[in-house]
Amino acid sequence: MLEVRDLRKRFGHLTVLDGVSLRVEKGDVTAVIGPSGGGKTTLLRCVNFLEKADGGTLIFDGNSYDLRTVSKRDMAAVRMKTGFVFQNFNLFSNKTAIQNVTEGLIIARRMPKDQANAVAMRALDRVGLRDRADHYPSQLSGGQQQRVAIARAVATNPEIIYFDEPTSALDPELIGEVLAVMRDLAASGMTMLVVTHEMRFAREVSSRVIFMENGGIVEQGESRAFFAAPKEARTQAFLRTISAEN
Amino acid sequence: MTERVWHILLESFPKILLPGLRMTLPLTAVAFALAMVIAVAVALIQFARVKALVPLCRFYIWVIRGTPLLVQLFVVFYGFKAGMYMSPFWAAVLVFAVNEGAYCAETMRGALESVPAGQIEAGYCVGMRYTQIMRRIVLPQALRTAFPSLSNGLISMVKDTSLTANITVAEMFMATQRINARYYEPLALYLEVAVIYLLFSTLLTWLQRWGEKRLNALGGKEARHA
Repeated sequence: MLEVRDLRKRFGHLTVLDGVSLRVEKGDVTAVIGPSGGGKTTLLRCVNFLEKADGGTLIFDGNSYDLRTVSKRDMAAVRMKTGFVFQNFNLFSNKTAIQNVTEGLIIARRMPKDQANAVAMRALDRVGLRDRADHYPSQLSGGQQQRVAIARAVATNPEIIYFDEPTSALDPELIGEVLAVMRDLAASGMTMLVVTHEMRFAREVSSRVIFMENGGIVEQGESRAFFAAPKEARTQAFLRTISAEN
Repeated sequence: MTERVWHILLESFPKILLPGLRMTLPLTAVAFALAMVIAVAVALIQFARVKALVPLCRFYIWVIRGTPLLVQLFVVFYGFKAGMYMSPFWAAVLVFAVNEGAYCAETMRGALESVPAGQIEAGYCVGMRYTQIMRRIVLPQALRTAFPSLSNGLISMVKDTSLTANITVAEMFMATQRINARYYEPLALYLEVAVIYLLFSTLLTWLQRWGEKRLNALGGKEARHA
């Protein structure tokens, strides 16, 4: 469904992604883990064209795109079929919760207003925020904002949703509600690519795990096997540190 | 104060207020509306980095902000008069719109740049195009940020219209000067016109407060204090 080949990205002299390749199949929930600065977020941003890659190919939905030269039209076409959940939510602060969800439906997809409102209500219901539909982002907690952001991504019925450290900006007591929504989403068969520091989520919810460090993929594989018997010494060391901290 | 002075003040009040309503306020309203159009356009061109037009915008702002308003009025009214006829009123509208537009363009540019980049990225990610994101997400937020500064500009402009007496616009200040020429009571009469300007400014300040409240309600900013 989604394939990335030889993705390269530099910021000045710093190589952030050094030839990353990966595949995501339909229904996969792939967790991307690894130490900070390893290129996880940049990977996600390049795949959705928020960052311009220096090289690499994206194969999405049977079409191939050169990530360095992809046209605005192609970017828009791919983004119509993807959802993105940011670390800092990035809800439109001048729009209510439901308007945040309908914006992409009415404006970008030209869906009739009534229909968009119905779809948005269903999406908000799914994240447990039906009763907050008319609240502005500033009137919602971080956890609620992130759930609205997930509803916004889900409502467009995307083929894949990218999550960029969706719980990293949240107070500890608010992380659970967001993870619960993501767990539901995973159970419903949504394809997800999740950059996360939440090892429990990676272990319990994801079907596949990618371990990234220094701009490259160190190890990847089926989730259960990955955590039970990591092959690389570096992965073993990382998992040991993580479990020691928890 | 003598009875004579009170009499003069009372008699001149409508004679000063009327040009205020007929000239000062329409001049300000039309010029400020045009200034807003210029400001948003010039700010957007710079924000979106339209390469061919950015130097032009910077030049415009440089020239207008670097020269006195009174001189600009004289250049346009007396200087361009030879080429074509322009009524004093429309010459004033043109100068005030272009002048205020330059200042407000900088205010708007700053406000646009203060909108977090994440708002634009989120717009792209839900499938919106750049123009749609600007119109529906970024501009409304920037206008809210810029609103107090823009209101400042409006209030300044009401007072600055007194300069147009110099290019024969028959507004409040010119009316006062004329009355003073007859009675010679400068202190009382100029204080009187000052009070009327203050009245106008106060009304606009109330309008600003009301506007900010409305905008807060639309942006849910109030909730932070609730």
